[in-house]
Amino acid sequence: MSTADATDQATPNVIDVRQLVGGYTADVNILNGCDLTVGPGEFVGIIGPNGAGKSTLLKAVLGLLRVRSGSVWLHGEEITGTKAHELVGRGVGFVPQTRNVFPSLTVRENLEMGCYLKPSRFRERYEVVCEMFPRLRDRASQQASALSGGERQMVAMGRALMLDPSVLLLDEPSAGLSPMLQDEVFINCKHINASGVAILMVEQNARRCLQVVDRGYVLDQGQNAYTGTGRELLADPKVIGLYLGTLARATSG
Amino acid sequence: MSAEPFADVPREPGSAKPDSILIADSVRRSFGGLVAVDVSHMEVQRNSITALIGPNGAGKTTFFNLLTGFDEPDTGTWHFNGHSMSGASPYKAARRGMVRTFQLTKSLNRMTVLENMRLGATGQSGERLWAAPFKFLWREEEAEITRRADELLARFRLDHMRDEFGGSLSGGQRKLLELARVLMGKPEMVMLDEPMAGVNPALKQSLLAHVKGLKDEGHTVLFVEHDMDMVHEIADWVIVMAEGQIIAEGPPAFIGANQEVIDAYLGAHQHADLGLGA
Amino acid sequence: MSQILSNGLYGAIGVTAIAYCLAAIGLNIHFGYTGLLNFGQAGFALVGGYAVAMPVMNWQWSIWATIPVVIIASTVFALLLGIPTLRLRSDYLAIVTIAAAEILRLLVSTPKLDNVTGASDGINSFTNDIQNSIPGFLRGRSVPLWEKQISEYEMWVIMLGWFLVVVFSLAVWALMRSPWGRVVRSIREDEDAARSLGKNVFAYKMTSLILGGIVGGFGGAILVIGQRNASPGSFQTQFTFLTYAIVVLGGVGKVKGPIIGAMIFWFIISFSDSLLADWTDRTGFQLPTWVMDSSNFSFFRWILVGGGLVLLVIFRPQGIFGNRKEQVFDVR
Repeated sequence: MSTADATDQATPNVIDVRQLVGGYTADVNILNGCDLTVGPGEFVGIIGPNGAGKSTLLKAVLGLLRVRSGSVWLHGEEITGTKAHELVGRGVGFVPQTRNVFPSLTVRENLEMGCYLKPSRFRERYEVVCEMFPRLRDRASQQASALSGGERQMVAMGRALMLDPSVLLLDEPSAGLSPMLQDEVFINCKHINASGVAILMVEQNARRCLQVVDRGYVLDQGQNAYTGTGRELLADPKVIGLYLGTLARATSG
Repeated sequence: MSAEPFADVPREPGSAKPDSILIADSVRRSFGGLVAVDVSHMEVQRNSITALIGPNGAGKTTFFNLLTGFDEPDTGTWHFNGHSMSGASPYKAARRGMVRTFQLTKSLNRMTVLENMRLGATGQSGERLWAAPFKFLWREEEAEITRRADELLARFRLDHMRDEFGGSLSGGQRKLLELARVLMGKPEMVMLDEPMAGVNPALKQSLLAHVKGLKDEGHTVLFVEHDMDMVHEIADWVIVMAEGQIIAEGPPAFIGANQEVIDAYLGAHQHADLGLGA
Repeated sequence: MSQILSNGLYGAIGVTAIAYCLAAIGLNIHFGYTGLLNFGQAGFALVGGYAVAMPVMNWQWSIWATIPVVIIASTVFALLLGIPTLRLRSDYLAIVTIAAAEILRLLVSTPKLDNVTGASDGINSFTNDIQNSIPGFLRGRSVPLWEKQISEYEMWVIMLGWFLVVVFSLAVWALMRSPWGRVVRSIREDEDAARSLGKNVFAYKMTSLILGGIVGGFGGAILVIGQRNASPGSFQTQFTFLTYAIVVLGGVGKVKGPIIGAMIFWFIISFSDSLLADWTDRTGFQLPTWVMDSSNFSFFRWILVGGGLVLLVIFRPQGIFGNRKEQVFDVR
């Protein structure tokens, strides 16, 4: 995957983050100047220690918290501080870590909620999403709260896909899931990416994350520590020592 | 991992152990029509590290809650060190030596790290109402507790956060604090509910070392986890739950190869590289 | 203006301020330190007030002998409230305490019990022992507070009241810095964590409810002694909410909070009362009558107080002595 630079006039990057500084409260910055790009159709992962600012970075992109300095760009246009609900309309899908489905609504209703900005496209998008995740069609009239954790993740991702986003932001999609379900989530992400949707994914399961992404960023203390392709990072001894841990058992080749 | 105590233990659900510290019988808990826990027999070997694994919704945390008094079963009995624990409230279970941590860490946000630690100590005379206003009655005990707390904080590398509020700790630091706090009470059995959840891989190494250290000090550890790396690394014995029942027991390698467990929990891709084909 | 200011000062140190201060110390134990949602502090004050007035009026007890009655009655009330509710979610305690306080108030208002409780008019002549115990140095003089004159009786009650405030504050300070206090504060943070560490949470909550209730009871006692009247009208739900305002104003969970909170609160009430009275009495500076006049200014001061509280919560939620950092943390 080519990493289109912002100066490339032909296809601007889907997402550009430049020297972002920000945090939740006025006196403490969690992000201390980080940079990130997501090219068209790229699959990008963010890993790093706790408190490094991974989820904070996603929230900053979405305008969910105060950016002190730096900028965020979407398709070459600046969106720093733009409210999240506007960004959804501009093709940014977001799947938060918790409470990402409406538990009392059915699967189909959850997907409808995902499409409410453009209700006329519901039929068409519903078909596309169910094509990608047939299990959603099987469970269409079941209440979301009755589904297993992995299936709920699928509903959450499906819902974010209903508006045909150009990029999907995922916050630790594998969190709290059993090994089998985690694998399923990562495989699902690959399918989504294969259909042309760029993905920016924050993950705790660093090993699996780096196996599936095109490029990765390692965030530490709110700044970029390492970057490279997924394979490069998996093989880098410094990254292994500091972030992956030597418990990693799968091959990195 | 010492396998000697487990050398002759049958690899079946509910198998008996040579020296069990915890024995549970016919424990059942249902919510409405849903049976969350249905364990006919379970034994945990003293001074071992036992893992409790299984898919979400298998009943692991509910089982923990039942054993430690945070929930009431429909039926069932269990014994800790020979004492019956059914019906014991959580604080009584804790005093008997069965201490647990929680999936969502409960660091006491508006209290300092040191205060968190001091709280963990048991048998404090200063905690009684009549003694409390008179500092001279509990001053020495408090100094000893503080000394032990500082020791543990240094061991867990949290000593530099000693006077910070619990709420200002990062997620991984809270995990460490909760583990250290539990040790203040010198429990016999430490029950950890997903200790590695949300902890990044590098920190996992040191947490694992701490948990291993617990066994060396004579504690028994029972932990719930999804992290199979951790399970393979430190567990002496694994108990697998699915849909409220124990479906398999055995050493980690045996469990990793058990087809039933693979189908229910581990998945076919356990050792695969998801970036290739898949 | 100096007259108005001395009225304000009088409000700040007077009997009403003391009574609310004691009630606030008690509520601070409940809510500030233990996290108990007690919405019936008026009930504890009522219990304390009537525990003083009733034995004197009905059975001619010496008023000093009613001190243990205040303690016992408050304890019983706390047990009645706590035993059914403390094992349940905090909202249940809130609902039950509001209801219990109102039940008590209506109970002592009912004409059927008139000969025991004095019903709506209340009990009046029970303070002779206090009168007789006024020490020599106060006798026969009225004490000047700037431009205000305070009678010997009232001064004596004020002295007794502040003495109680000091004693109880010291007790709270000593308790809350001890391991016992630590357990109580941990219950405020997370009950289950405390339980998992071997603490009998129910017992601590019950004890806290009793202790805070006893101090609240003494608040009621001082109020009725100072007013020389024990009637249900003094113990309406408003009493509870004003006490909450004082606790929050001073800073939740801080020893000095209730004291300074009560003093400032009642200074403002009395000062604005006096000021607005002056501005509507048709002499000197006058507010236009369409803004307010002599018949409605006393409502306006409550509007001002309410507005002030809203501003407080927005701009300084930690109160006067609170710690801003503590407010940042998520509290369940």
